[in-house]
Amino acid sequence: MATTQSRTLARMMLFPSVILLLGWMIVPLCMTLYFSFVDYNLLIPGEREFVGFLNYEFFLTDPAFFESFFNTLYLVTGVLAITICGGIGLAVLLDQAIWGRNYVRIMVLAPFFVMPTVSALVWKNMLMNPVNGLFAHFALWLGLDPIDFFAQMPLFSIIIIVSWQWLPFAALILLTAIQSLDREQLEAADLDGAGPFSKFFYIVLPHLSRAVTAVILIETIFLLSIFAEILVTTSGGPGYASTNITYLIYTQSLLQFDVGGGSAGGIVAVIIANIVAIFLMRLIGKNLEG
Amino acid sequence: MAITSTKKSKIIYTLAAWTISGMIFFPILWTLITSFKTEAEAISATPALFAFDWTLENYKDVLARSPYFDHFWNSVVISLGSSLLGLMIAVPAAWSMAFVQTKKTKNLLMWMLSTKMLPPVGVLIPIYLLFRDFALLDTKLGLVIVMTLINLPIMVWMLYTYFREIPGEILEASRMDGATIGEEIFHVLLPIALPGIASTLLLNVILAWNEAFWTLILTAANAAPLTAFIASYSSPEGLFYAKLSAASAMAIVPILILGWFSQKQLVRGLSFGAVK
Amino acid sequence: MGSITLKKVTKNFDEVNVIKPLDLEIKDGEFIVFVGPSGCGKSTLLRMIAGLEDTTSGNIEIDGQDATHTPPAKRGLAMVFQSYALYPHMSVRNNIAFPLKRAKVSPAEIESKIANAAKILNLTDYLDRKPGQLSGGQRQRVAIGRAIVRQPSAFLFDEPLSNLDASLRVNMRLEISELHKSLATTMIYVTHDQVEAMTMADRIAVFNGGIIEQVGTPLELYQHPVNKFVAGFIGSPKMNFIDVTNDSNAQTHSLGVRPEHFEISTDSGTWQGTVGVIEHLGSESFLHVTIEDGSTVTVKADGDCPLKYGDTIYLSAPEHKVHRFDKNGLTIKNAAP
Repeated sequence: MATTQSRTLARMMLFPSVILLLGWMIVPLCMTLYFSFVDYNLLIPGEREFVGFLNYEFFLTDPAFFESFFNTLYLVTGVLAITICGGIGLAVLLDQAIWGRNYVRIMVLAPFFVMPTVSALVWKNMLMNPVNGLFAHFALWLGLDPIDFFAQMPLFSIIIIVSWQWLPFAALILLTAIQSLDREQLEAADLDGAGPFSKFFYIVLPHLSRAVTAVILIETIFLLSIFAEILVTTSGGPGYASTNITYLIYTQSLLQFDVGGGSAGGIVAVIIANIVAIFLMRLIGKNLEG
Repeated sequence: MAITSTKKSKIIYTLAAWTISGMIFFPILWTLITSFKTEAEAISATPALFAFDWTLENYKDVLARSPYFDHFWNSVVISLGSSLLGLMIAVPAAWSMAFVQTKKTKNLLMWMLSTKMLPPVGVLIPIYLLFRDFALLDTKLGLVIVMTLINLPIMVWMLYTYFREIPGEILEASRMDGATIGEEIFHVLLPIALPGIASTLLLNVILAWNEAFWTLILTAANAAPLTAFIASYSSPEGLFYAKLSAASAMAIVPILILGWFSQKQLVRGLSFGAVK
Repeated sequence: MGSITLKKVTKNFDEVNVIKPLDLEIKDGEFIVFVGPSGCGKSTLLRMIAGLEDTTSGNIEIDGQDATHTPPAKRGLAMVFQSYALYPHMSVRNNIAFPLKRAKVSPAEIESKIANAAKILNLTDYLDRKPGQLSGGQRQRVAIGRAIVRQPSAFLFDEPLSNLDASLRVNMRLEISELHKSLATTMIYVTHDQVEAMTMADRIAVFNGGIIEQVGTPLELYQHPVNKFVAGFIGSPKMNFIDVTNDSNAQTHSLGVRPEHFEISTDSGTWQGTVGVIEHLGSESFLHVTIEDGSTVTVKADGDCPLKYGDTIYLSAPEHKVHRFDKNGLTIKNAAP
């Protein structure tokens, strides 16, 4: 249902959002690109000479980069593994007939709505602190030595915190997907003599594959940019043990004021994210057909 | 009385569900409880769940002795402001994509969503420098602008899905009835789409309230919302668990409540159509 | 008031041509029905007349003025949609008032017009209900009411009865025809149901694949179809087509006889056949007869027809009720009337 008049009008209505998003994307991105090719440090005024790919060279050969890259990898895969497995389990559980299902849902979903800085601080101080934290008290009560989470396993501690925050998201999406499963398939399987495990592996899991893919891709996009939790707990340390690429670029740009180097890093991060985004776009495109 | 197997499994599942969800919820519960303890009680080696002297002193302390309310207000202004501003830009865009479909509509929508996937560090430096040069650093206005831009794709996407559920013929009928485009949107589209618009607003208020990248980097004492202000409780000299809990409780309870009402919207807005 | 002329109107969707150059004159006050199978372009043409779709080329004139590029709100037409398209959030009263408010009519006049329309359409008791609380037929009437109060030059109906059940459809057909008699306004009515077309129309335009096969009164189309398509489309049950090679007219490729025009005999006739399934409707019966060349024809018989499955019968048809078609499906004009 379109006439030239409604189409012109539609174009005008689209204009503000398109222009704004175009501006938001292109202008700063071009600036980052420009900065990545110059030698520019905010503490050294006036210096801005063109240095070609030098910034990239420094950034990519810095051992901090390698450590951050793998940290990012561990972070993302660790959180994905915990949230997807936990999410599937929770989704199956919440799909069952249980008393007080609404209250269970409230409790399971709550972590997703807690702001990251609060999550991080509560976990770090009140739960994981090796002297005064709850886990320490619990360990002592059992006769064990308390774990100093952030000293002994900084990255893993962050993985725990972020997984706690994202588990509800995965559970909710997967629960929605499970509830769209045609009950009759399961009943037919019952008649065919399938037990609960067979039903799960041969019917439920394949049905969930699309939702799981979506959760993986969507979480990955967000997990690449984990920031607040690191800032507030370890500041990336000890050393670079809990620094991911996002945090590394942050320290270079705003703590070391190395605009050139930070910009090169920013471009690298964009390239990595683009690769993930291409897959996500294909998924969304398929969904838009339906 | 024989317990049927379905009843037995219901009992088992219920126990499992409550146990697991209780463990998941526990950190939040613990925070809420600790907010009513004294500091000494909060770090006690024998932590108590209920049996302690409840006190409101932490809340009084946080509200009286720190600019907590200012930062709370900053959060409100930034989340609400960016969501309302976003709506004003997103509603017309979603209208045109939902009701005047062209071959390019799908691609345009996907492009918009792709801007959300840009890693913030990719534009960290330019945004920081631009904000510095335009005196937008540490201002509520600056943050409203950023929040609007980063959530605009999601708003357009969500509104698009809601608008698509409205039969186009109703809008055509209003056109035949002599309505101008403004009257069509104001008298017909908006009232019908109101639940969808409210849902979009709700989800975006939540996302903006909890945003923890730009709010931490672009603000200081003046415009810091709660996300940034709470971070100041992380300094090692402050082992003030009880106060941390009180400050945290006030920061998260509003969104926990809003979040409970926004489950469906969460699925619609953030799963990008993968599940229905 | 209310005459619409289409001159060489075409429509393309992207590269696909859906309406070929088309001319049509709609007279003021007439009830014209666009009928045809799905996808033939009748709804598209209606929407072009309404202004909801652009015209790729050609002109649409309303009352002598070129309206091809006029926006729908300004064409002075009213449309009743297949899904009624009522405003779900407004009461019946406000639904009907909507177009009047857009036209800045005074509140007092709005009230009286609504009361009037409600009286005509039996809606007075429902004025404060919302569409969700009404039945299909009531919603239908509200949609009509909303159209009436605008006092348009012409009413456009887009398959308005498709969503109603059968008995309601019959009643609404009568009501719409009554409405036409009392308002005397032009009505353009789109349907795929040829019964609606035959019973309601002053003239019918039969559409097929983007062209108008024939325009005429119901009786003209019934008695003198110009081709096989119109002949087979109008009339229920469908006309029977029998291929022949040795007809008196050398160009004849097939003959057409309507089920109601066959004469049945147990002794002799033009065609011999075996009775197959008989459908007894009470008022009449339909025999499915297999004739010599193996094809099946439908024959109308009396309600108390004594024939049975397997009986042999003979069929004839009077000369002036036999239609002849050439190899292109066009009717060959008879020498005899």
